[in-house]
Amino acid sequence: MALSHLESLEAESIQIFREVAATCEKPVLLYSIGKDSAVLLHLAMKAFYPAKPPFPLLHVDTTWKFREMIEFRDKLARDLGLDLIVHINEEGVKAGINPIDSGSRLHTDVMKTQGLKQALDKYGFDAAFGGARRDEEKSRAKERVFSLRSAEHRWDPKNQRPEPWRQYNTRKRPGESFRVFPLSNWTEADVWDYIVRENIPVVPLYFAASRPVVERDGALIMRDDDRLPLRPGETVQHRMVRFRTLGCYPLTGAVESEATTLAQIIAEMRASRASERQGRVIDHDGSGSMEAKKQEGYF
Amino acid sequence: MSGDLPAAVAPTPRAETLLRFFTCGSVDDGKSTLIGRLLYDTNSVFEDQLEALERDSKKFGTQGDSLDFALLLDGLSAEREQGITIDVAYRYFSSKTRAFIVADTPGHEQYTRNMATGASTAELAIILIDARKGILPQTRRHSYIVSMLGVRHIVLAVNKMDLVDFSRATYDKIVADYRETVAGLGFSSIVCIPMSARDGDNITARSTRAPWYAGPTLLEHLDTVDPSFADRSDAAFAMPVQWVNRPNLDFRGYAGTIASGVLRTGDEIVVLPGARRSTVARIVTADGDLAEAWAGQAVTITLADEIDISRGDVLSAPTHRLTPRRSLLARVLWMIDEPLTQGRDYIIQQATANANARVANLHHAIDIENFNEKPADALSMNQIGLVSLACDKALVVARERGDRELGVFILIDRLTNQTAGLGVIDLDAATGEATNDIAAAPPIAATFADKLRAHVGESGTPRRAAFARESASAMGLAALLGVVAGGVSGNVAAGIAVTIVDLIARPTLRLLIARADALPDDIIDPGAGI
Repeated sequence: MALSHLESLEAESIQIFREVAATCEKPVLLYSIGKDSAVLLHLAMKAFYPAKPPFPLLHVDTTWKFREMIEFRDKLARDLGLDLIVHINEEGVKAGINPIDSGSRLHTDVMKTQGLKQALDKYGFDAAFGGARRDEEKSRAKERVFSLRSAEHRWDPKNQRPEPWRQYNTRKRPGESFRVFPLSNWTEADVWDYIVRENIPVVPLYFAASRPVVERDGALIMRDDDRLPLRPGETVQHRMVRFRTLGCYPLTGAVESEATTLAQIIAEMRASRASERQGRVIDHDGSGSMEAKKQEGYF
Repeated sequence: MSGDLPAAVAPTPRAETLLRFFTCGSVDDGKSTLIGRLLYDTNSVFEDQLEALERDSKKFGTQGDSLDFALLLDGLSAEREQGITIDVAYRYFSSKTRAFIVADTPGHEQYTRNMATGASTAELAIILIDARKGILPQTRRHSYIVSMLGVRHIVLAVNKMDLVDFSRATYDKIVADYRETVAGLGFSSIVCIPMSARDGDNITARSTRAPWYAGPTLLEHLDTVDPSFADRSDAAFAMPVQWVNRPNLDFRGYAGTIASGVLRTGDEIVVLPGARRSTVARIVTADGDLAEAWAGQAVTITLADEIDISRGDVLSAPTHRLTPRRSLLARVLWMIDEPLTQGRDYIIQQATANANARVANLHHAIDIENFNEKPADALSMNQIGLVSLACDKALVVARERGDRELGVFILIDRLTNQTAGLGVIDLDAATGEATNDIAAAPPIAATFADKLRAHVGESGTPRRAAFARESASAMGLAALLGVVAGGVSGNVAAGIAVTIVDLIARPTLRLLIARADALPDDIIDPGAGI
């Protein structure tokens, strides 16, 4: 009997989870609330069943996530009985960093990248699971499943460890850590198909609804609260929109859609000719920008 | 886990099976172009990616005004700058019947290790050839590595046919040359396809320019090839224990991914190394207990008896041809700057087990362009050699050649933690039958040297130094014995007699060592018997 496509991917991910549990001292699951995180967490629950995952969840909160994301996060952690660590870069907050005035690059660097490093250092985590997939972006396509980071959290793309036959070398020096990507070989379509197959709950923002949006720089930005000032000439309109990826709300573009069920989302995705990261502002900072961010320690 | 969701609906029918393949070829054979073309023709490239491709084609492209599909794949800045592929890039696309994971791997010799990584998980390899150039030394090199890493299905993509006017004679000659070249490499299928990746001939659409070609297009073949290799369910059951699941005192489960075979509840299993036996009580998954599970599934097993089992042990069917071994003969591909040399210690990681491995003997390097052996004092980066390893504990290895779960390993540098080499265990050494061992000189010599080394101490230790002053070889030892015997007895004849007896007895000792080496770990210590 050969495994189906999704079964193969699931087994591969579970093996990765267990390898970390068996060989690393203090892992953590980077939970960013989106659909990839939902699948990641679901796989973690499966990998260690009947035990609970032997690690906590960490959410690096930029304070600019959609409110529905935060509600969803807290409820899920409570329902599953898992430890949830929420870390906010308080220095960034004090300095007044925000996505609107500081720009996406500075905001992401301070609140996300630096915030993540602070949290990893504070708790001494030596392995952090992330939901990144190789099909998302070109530099991610070349990253290993076990991505070694220096004590300063830097990634060296030219000096990655080969991973033949899924033999992961998990040795590291004190201070070094791993970013581990169990969903490396999943595509966006796989993630949705698996969400349907396994009946995994996801944030309602993925489903189309009438939401207050403004058109800004060619993107539809949802006005999730009144921290988003309107520019001259902008008006808030209510449109049927949904999100393909979720991040900080002022930096995440919505797509117009009527898809209110998973089946409709999947149908829409298959017909779509635009990649999901198109709505992400941070990827367009320049060619190779994701690669540069990753070298600096971004997930 | 369920909650805020609308009722689940049946997903649209989608690719049911998964095929992992990879491409390799020489510089400028058009590997990246080929994959870019596959992605493009199967509608796997999004519009914004296409816009970026158009931008990048103008900026970095090597195809004039046309789209340079290679730029879809070369993701690292250094790669775009140099116009080459440095690292393995993974790409994903689907046809109507299958999902594909493609590893695009570098062609340069200096990136052989990256190529090997891409090949190690692939079920099929596409080897590209430039129709104008025919079989090159690199073609042989790539084919050797593909074979070594266990790929059994080959597509010979004879590319750039547009540049030889789709000449059938040219194509036929390349195909004949290739089949002859790789005759000894053990591939189960070789399918040859004339194509132009740049123009799309015979990739997903049949070429109108090669009417003489009656075979499948590349995608037709990828859709239908039977990677029977991927189905390891026919073999006997084996599962390396990856993690012990003990949430409370009432539950003790062994978590792992089944390497081969089918497991059913009630089956008898043997725990290796050692020979402890039990039966399978439950096959636990989060979706409920299973009555049976098969190769590739990640499960948690509970046993009827309380046995002390830890990560690195292997659960297997009593019929499985697995053997705990301390000395291994293996082909090793070296992957770091610091060369592999005889006498050095590395960490060996095989399945879920770890041990210390000493390079007992570097027998020879392999010239992978003509497949010949050549003498070597060291293996430098990207070189392959035949190596005997002496491990400080027994590893459970497969006896079947090409077992990608229990017949392979990586070596890790102790100081830098780098993944230093990858290895494929040689069948003959792993089989370990005493009768075969007599004939198999290198492994025995290595075993003997290991035993002797274990006895006389580590290189550089005082014990070793003391020993080395008097004797380092079996012959020397025999002569020494003779002299001692002669000296003690004051009789030259007695000394000579002891020497002769020792020389005669030693092959017998070797046989004993060979037998002993096939025994489980806990029965024998290193150096015992000498």
